[in-house]
Amino acid sequence: MERLRRTMMFVPGNNPGMLRDACLYGADSLMFDLEDAVAISEKDAARFLVYNALKTIDYGDTEIVVRINALDNPFGRADIEAVVRAGVDVIRLPKTETKDDILAVEAVIEEVERKIGREVGSTKMMAAVESAIGVINAYSIATSSKRLIGIALGAEDYVTNLKTKRYADGMELMGARSQIVIAARAAGIYALDTVYSNVDNMEGFIREVELIKQLGFDGKSVINPKQIKPVHEIYSPTAQEIKKSLDICRASSEAKKQGLGVISLNGKMIDKPIIERAERLVQLAIAVGLYKEDIKNEK
Amino acid sequence: MKIIKEAIAGTLESSDIQIMLVSNKNAGIEIQLKSSVEKQFGKQIRKVITEVLKKMEIENVKLVAVDKGALDCTIKARVQCAVCRACGIKEQYDWEVIE
Amino acid sequence: MKNSIGRDIPENAIKDRKLYQGEFAMNSSIVKTTTKVKPVNPSDSKLLDNIEEAIVKCGLKDGMTISFHHHFREGDYILNMVVDIIASLGIKNLTLASSSLASIHKSLVKHIKSGVITKISTSGLRGELAEEISNGLMDEPVIIRSHGGRARAIEAGDVKIDVAFLGAPSSDEYGNASGSRGVANCGSLGYAKMDALYADKVIIITDFLVEFPNVPASISQTNVDYVVKIDKIGDPAGIASGATRYTKNPKELLIAEYASKVIVESGYFKEGFSFQTGTGGATLAVSRFLKTEMLNASIKASFALGGITKPMVEMHEEGLIKHIFDVQGFDLSAVESIDKNPSHHEIDSSFYANPHNKGCIANKLDVVVLSALEIDTDFNVNVMTGSDGVLRGASGGHSDTAACAKLTIIVSPLIRGRIPCVVDCVNTVITPGESIDVLVTEIGIAINPKRVDLIEKFKHVNVPVYTIEELKKKVDCIVGVPEKIQYDDKVIALVEYRDGSIIDVVRKVKL
Repeated sequence: MERLRRTMMFVPGNNPGMLRDACLYGADSLMFDLEDAVAISEKDAARFLVYNALKTIDYGDTEIVVRINALDNPFGRADIEAVVRAGVDVIRLPKTETKDDILAVEAVIEEVERKIGREVGSTKMMAAVESAIGVINAYSIATSSKRLIGIALGAEDYVTNLKTKRYADGMELMGARSQIVIAARAAGIYALDTVYSNVDNMEGFIREVELIKQLGFDGKSVINPKQIKPVHEIYSPTAQEIKKSLDICRASSEAKKQGLGVISLNGKMIDKPIIERAERLVQLAIAVGLYKEDIKNEK
Repeated sequence: MKIIKEAIAGTLESSDIQIMLVSNKNAGIEIQLKSSVEKQFGKQIRKVITEVLKKMEIENVKLVAVDKGALDCTIKARVQCAVCRACGIKEQYDWEVIE
Repeated sequence: MKNSIGRDIPENAIKDRKLYQGEFAMNSSIVKTTTKVKPVNPSDSKLLDNIEEAIVKCGLKDGMTISFHHHFREGDYILNMVVDIIASLGIKNLTLASSSLASIHKSLVKHIKSGVITKISTSGLRGELAEEISNGLMDEPVIIRSHGGRARAIEAGDVKIDVAFLGAPSSDEYGNASGSRGVANCGSLGYAKMDALYADKVIIITDFLVEFPNVPASISQTNVDYVVKIDKIGDPAGIASGATRYTKNPKELLIAEYASKVIVESGYFKEGFSFQTGTGGATLAVSRFLKTEMLNASIKASFALGGITKPMVEMHEEGLIKHIFDVQGFDLSAVESIDKNPSHHEIDSSFYANPHNKGCIANKLDVVVLSALEIDTDFNVNVMTGSDGVLRGASGGHSDTAACAKLTIIVSPLIRGRIPCVVDCVNTVITPGESIDVLVTEIGIAINPKRVDLIEKFKHVNVPVYTIEELKKKVDCIVGVPEKIQYDDKVIALVEYRDGSIIDVVRKVKL
C-alpha cells in the first residue's frame, strides 16, 4: 500500500525550534516552507536552516516535503539545489499553473541529482494549485511527470483569484476541490486539501475534514499539532467497517479459490468496485494499526 | 570566499543563534560568544563555528555570536548564511565549499 | 563519604548528621520538641503599632532563629520588610528558617553580606539570591528541606524557631488569622501553621484587621503573641493569579497525554483513587486528560492533594474529586473554594508530608505527577539546580510525595532549549531514583527497572517505551554531550532528605 498521507503539517522554514520538534506530533508528512512563511530578506537564512535540518535531524518515517519558491524569482533555483542536496523526499511547487511549470522544476532537480550523484528520479514532486488556470489545467499538471506524487489545493490564493473569499461551508471551493480530486484519481496520484486557519475552531475543522473525506481527498494540510489527531481519527476505518471489509475480502478470495466468477456475500452479489474498496480499507486498517493480519486465521 | 561587508544572520529567539560578522584584516578568526549554555556547550559552539568558517575558507573574521540554546545544525546554518551574506553571495552558492 | 545512592558527601559537611540510607531507613520512635509559652492574661493586648515594637517585645537577639512562610510567593512584602527592620535595629547573626524563598527576596543579599543573616534553611531559592549563594555568598551552607522535611525538623526540634513572622491576609486583634477574607488572599496557610504551633514567639502581620473573632481561623489565637497591622502584606497579583489555565504548548500537551495513558494502564486508575499533580505546564495538563478518562470510565477520585489550582477545584465541584487536601493555594479559584466548599480542607505541612508522624496524607497517595529539571539514568531527580549547577528551584513536596505515592510519574521534555533533561548524573539529587517509577517525555516513556510489575502492565500501552539509557542516548545525539560543570570544594548547600539525613550537597560553582 502506498504510504499514508492523511496529514501534512506546515512548518515555517525559518524557525529552528519548530523544524526540530515538528516530527513529534505524528503527522504523516511535514512541509517545510521556504515560500510564503518566509520574509524576502530571510529566504537565504531559511534555506540554510532547512538544508541543515534535513541533513542532521532524524525525522524517522515522516515524509519531508519542502515548499520551494517558484522559478520565476531568484530564490527558486537555489532552494531546489539546497534541498535536493540535503536529501528531501518531495519538492512542492507553489502556484502551479501549467505542466510546463512542473517540467521546468523537474529539469533543475534532475540537473542537481546528476551533479551530486543522487539517483535520478528519487526526488519526488508535488504541485499546489492556487489559481483558476491551475484548476483548469489540473489533469495536465497531474500527469506531467513521473515524479509527481500528489496535487494540492491552496485555497487562499485561489479564492482571491476567483474574486471571492472563504466561507464556513466551503461552497466557493467546490469546483476546485472536485477538479483536483478528479484529476488526481485520473492520474493515479494523491489529492491533498488546503489548510484550515482557525486553529481554535475544532468543530469547524472537523466538519471540513469530514467533507473533504467525502469528496475523496487523501489528506489535509494542517498548521497546528492539535489538528492532526482529528484528521487521523476521521480517516480511520471504524471497527464495523473493518469487519465488513474483511468479510468481503474473504468472500472474494473464497470465490477465487473455488474458481467462481460471481462473488456473493450474505446472498448479495458483490462486484469489483466494492471488493476494491474493501481491500483498500483493510490495507488502511493495517497501516494505522487497527487490524493485524492473522495468518493462522486466513487459512 | 572573501568577506566584503558586515553581515548578520539569525535571531535572539530561543533555540536560535545570532551571528554577526565582519572582516578582520589578517588577524585570523576571532569569536566572541555569549551563550545561555556557555558552561555546558561553549566549547562545542565555538568548535562548530570555527569548523564552518574553515570549511568556507574564511581565515580572517571577527564573529560575534549571541546564542539562545541553538543546536549544532542551527549554528551551522546561521554561520553559513552570515558568511554568504558577508561575501555578497545571494543565490549562486558554491555548494562544494559549503558542504 | 558516599551515601547509599553514591553521592559524595564531604566529611566536614556531615558533622553529626546522618547520611541518606534509603527512603524509609529512619523510622525509629521520635520525641517531639516542646515550646515556650508566655501566658496572655485577659487584660493583655496583642495589637502593636508596628513591626519594630513586635520585634523588641519578642526579645529578638543576636543568634536567634526567625521564620516566615512562603504563601505569598513572588508577591510577598513581609520578609523583606521585617529583615530590613531587624537590620536597622542592629541585630545580627540570625538563622532564617523560611518555608521557601523567592526571587523577590534578593534584598536579603545585602543583609547576608552585612552579617544580619548568617544561616538559612529553605525549600527553594531563586533569582539573584540563589545565584549569589551558588557563588559562595554564605559561609554556612544553606539547608534545603522538603515541605515534609521542614515539618519533621520543626516537630523534632532540629529547627528551633524563636520568632515566627507570619503574614496573614486577615486577622483579628487577638491573632485568629486566616488566608481568606482579606484583600490579598492566599487561601491555605498550611506551611504557616507549623510555625504557629512550634515557634516560641508568633507575630501575625496583616493588612486587614477584622472584628473579633476571625473564625474559622487557620492560625489560632492561643498560639499568637502579637498582631501588627501594616499597609500591604503583598502584591495580590503575585500572591494568587486570577485563574490557572492549562498550557497550550503542544509539546507539554503531548507529554501530559502520554502521562495520562500511563496512569490509566497502571492498575491504580480505579474508583476512589487519589492523585496529585503539579500546578503548571505538563504536570497540571495531565489532569485535563485524566478528567476525560475519569468521565469515560465513570471513575471518581477519593482525594486530590498538594498545591491547588482552578482545574482541580472544577473537578471537585463537578463531583469528580471527593476531597481536596490543600497545603497551598495558587489562584483565586483555590482561595474561593477553600472557603466555600466543605470538602476542600486546609492541611498543614505535617499532615501533608511529615514522614515522622503517625501517617501523613501523602502516605495514602496513589498517583503523583511531578516535574524535573534533570533526571539521570538511575532515575534520581534534580529540581534544585540548573544544568549549570546554579541554584534555581525548590525541593517542595517532590521527595515527600515521590516516596509515598504508589505510582510516581515524572513528566519532562527530553531537552529544554539545548539543555539535556536526561543525563548520566544529575547535578543535585533531591529525590532518589528508588522513589521514581516512570519518566514520561514527548517521545515516550522509561520505566524504572525495579518496577517489573509496571513493565509488564505497560507492554500494551499506546505509548512508545524506551529504557532510560536509550532516552539519554537520543538526547546526546540531539544536543551533543555537555561539558561537566566545574565546582569548587566549598559546600554552599546541604540537601536534607525528608527524614533529616543528607542525600546530597551543592557546591560552589567555579566562576
